[in-house]
Amino acid sequence: MSTPDVRLVDVTKRFDDVVAVDDLSLDVESGSFFALLGPSGCGKTTTLRMIGGFEQPSEGCIFLGEREVSGLPAYKRDVNTVFQSYALFPHLSVFENVAFGLRRRSVRGETLRGRVEAMLKIVGLAGMGRRKPRQLSGGQQQRVALARALVNKPQVLLLDEPLGALDLKLRKQMQLELKAIQHDVGITFIHVTHDQEEAMTMADRIAVMNDGRIEQLGTPTELYETPATAYVAGFLGVSNLIHGTVSGSDSVRLDRGPEVRVSAAALNGRTGHVAVGIRPEKIELGNGQPNALEGKIVEQAYVGVATQYIVETDCGRLTVYRQNASPGLNGASPGDRTTLSWSPDSSFVVDSMEESE
Amino acid sequence: MTAVPATERMPRERTVSRVWSFVKHHALTAYAILAFTYLMVPIAVVIAFSFNNPAGRFNYTWSGFTFDNWKHWDGVPGLRSAMVLSLEIAFIASLVATALGTLIALALVRYGFRGRGATNLLIFLPLSTPEIVLGASLLTLFLNNHVSKVLQLGFWTILIAHVMFCISFAVVTVKARLIGFDRHLEEAAMDLGANEWVTFQKVTLPLIAPALLASLLLCFAISIDDFVVTYFNNGPKITFPLFVWGAARVGAPPQVNVIGSVIFIVAVSVMVANVLVQMRRAKSAATA
Ligand SMILES: Nc1ncnc2c1ncn2[C@@H]1O[C@H](COP(=O)(O)OP(=O)(O)OP(=O)(O)O)[C@@H](O)[C@H]1O
Ligand SMILES: [Mg+2]
Repeated sequence: MSTPDVRLVDVTKRFDDVVAVDDLSLDVESGSFFALLGPSGCGKTTTLRMIGGFEQPSEGCIFLGEREVSGLPAYKRDVNTVFQSYALFPHLSVFENVAFGLRRRSVRGETLRGRVEAMLKIVGLAGMGRRKPRQLSGGQQQRVALARALVNKPQVLLLDEPLGALDLKLRKQMQLELKAIQHDVGITFIHVTHDQEEAMTMADRIAVMNDGRIEQLGTPTELYETPATAYVAGFLGVSNLIHGTVSGSDSVRLDRGPEVRVSAAALNGRTGHVAVGIRPEKIELGNGQPNALEGKIVEQAYVGVATQYIVETDCGRLTVYRQNASPGLNGASPGDRTTLSWSPDSSFVVDSMEESE
Repeated sequence: MTAVPATERMPRERTVSRVWSFVKHHALTAYAILAFTYLMVPIAVVIAFSFNNPAGRFNYTWSGFTFDNWKHWDGVPGLRSAMVLSLEIAFIASLVATALGTLIALALVRYGFRGRGATNLLIFLPLSTPEIVLGASLLTLFLNNHVSKVLQLGFWTILIAHVMFCISFAVVTVKARLIGFDRHLEEAAMDLGANEWVTFQKVTLPLIAPALLASLLLCFAISIDDFVVTYFNNGPKITFPLFVWGAARVGAPPQVNVIGSVIFIVAVSVMVANVLVQMRRAKSAATA
């Protein structure tokens, strides 16, 4: 692994008595698409603003590459930001907005024109250089904001919920475009979002934040398949958590159910009270797998690619997805009794927390 | 009391109600015309009498039409120098007051500092203090032994006084614009490599320019017609309002009306130009 592009070491940020970011350490690999994911108020924006140089940390250090930048103002950092509100200069044309950063670095004449126009083309705004920002749609403004930042070829690009103001369809489209642009330019992207689906679609690595701290950091697959905490399990997708007590090196006795097997790796030496988690799509209707629970179907909902069942068991309500691979396959309907089963390898274990589902 | 037959009463009631509905429909129009006339008649008189050819020293009765007053607008001793002084004072005072006012407004809106609340209140003081009190207190200050050793009553004391009461207006005008200002714009500029000064030049200043222009015009207008405060602090210097006041006691020359008309016309032109520019801007935003 090369030196990380961005490194935060024990960074804390306090606003009067509010601790917005709490002793956070983080490495972002060069050239990666990194997402900061978390609920509102967890400190994502504050973290980003400290990297950008709009806030200074109360404690800790920030490095860009080899260089420590804590204390430096924004204009002395090789980082550019796409603001949530876009913050386009309303008195300047699209061209001048994009040219702003280059002009500050004394790029002039043909070179300037060439670079700005090439960038406008990349984001699909060729020929719109003479318009004012207010004459563009939300999606177009978003692209200008992106072009304005990217044209400077920064070491790192920071994006604070850049898609938040767009409608769902445009959002999906921009997610793919952003990802493609990142791939083409090869710049490190740090993307803030509270949308788990967006983070999973776009990012190579995700840091799930909660209350100013990083709850878990990993690839989307790691976070989804082996969440470290009940919080992460609940934040990324739907998960069924069943409480129980560790009863062996690879087994857990459920509080109100049988003993189930889990992988020793998932248990990871835990003892005492834990929660076993199973994703809805990994539960089978029927007893084809080693771990089984009896239950009654209480709800059924057709959601296109899958049918969602809510099954009432002694251990609480569980959500089950069954793929609609071929029509007429799903015979089960509300009121039916059924057996649910799953493989030990497709479950995970987290510390039991009362606030979990 | 005699009973009126119903058949006779009906048409009269109908007439009354018709009159009433006429009044209801046209009362607002009539009121608007009256109010407008009330506002416009004095100005019309001022302009009309600038073309009067007065018989005696007083320009109060119409006695013939002439262009002479406009041709020889400075034909009265002292009028030209008074006008020049007023313009100088108004020009410098509005520039200085707007510059200082902008800085004060920036400080008040952008920074939390001890005494901000008090400053916010104090800024309004010159607006709410009676001018006569302001003028008199300033005179007391200027006549103070220590001050009068370095500063004689005259140009500078008038200028200081005018800057002082103009600042409040400048602060209020610029502050209103700054409060609606998106701070992210400045952060974006810095993000793109502009230091504080360049950010101010390239982003802040262009965006608050309309407020600065408004402040300049407002201060200019307030300064050029100030009488009360100036009267206390002018020393030997005579501004246009002081000149008019002095002239009126011995007979007002029609040239005063000429200057008055010019000021009115300039003010109206600036206003119309402003409206036209706004309209064109709105149109270009809508079409492009
Ligand atoms: N300038 C500030 N002064 C005081 N408190 C602040 C300031 N900025 C942020 N905070 C507080 O710090 C905490 C984290 O805020 P932050 O903006 O980083 O959250 P976020 O994760 O970006 O949330 P969102 O998803 O809603 O944008 C919040 O409790 C917020 O109230
Ligand atoms: Mg935020």
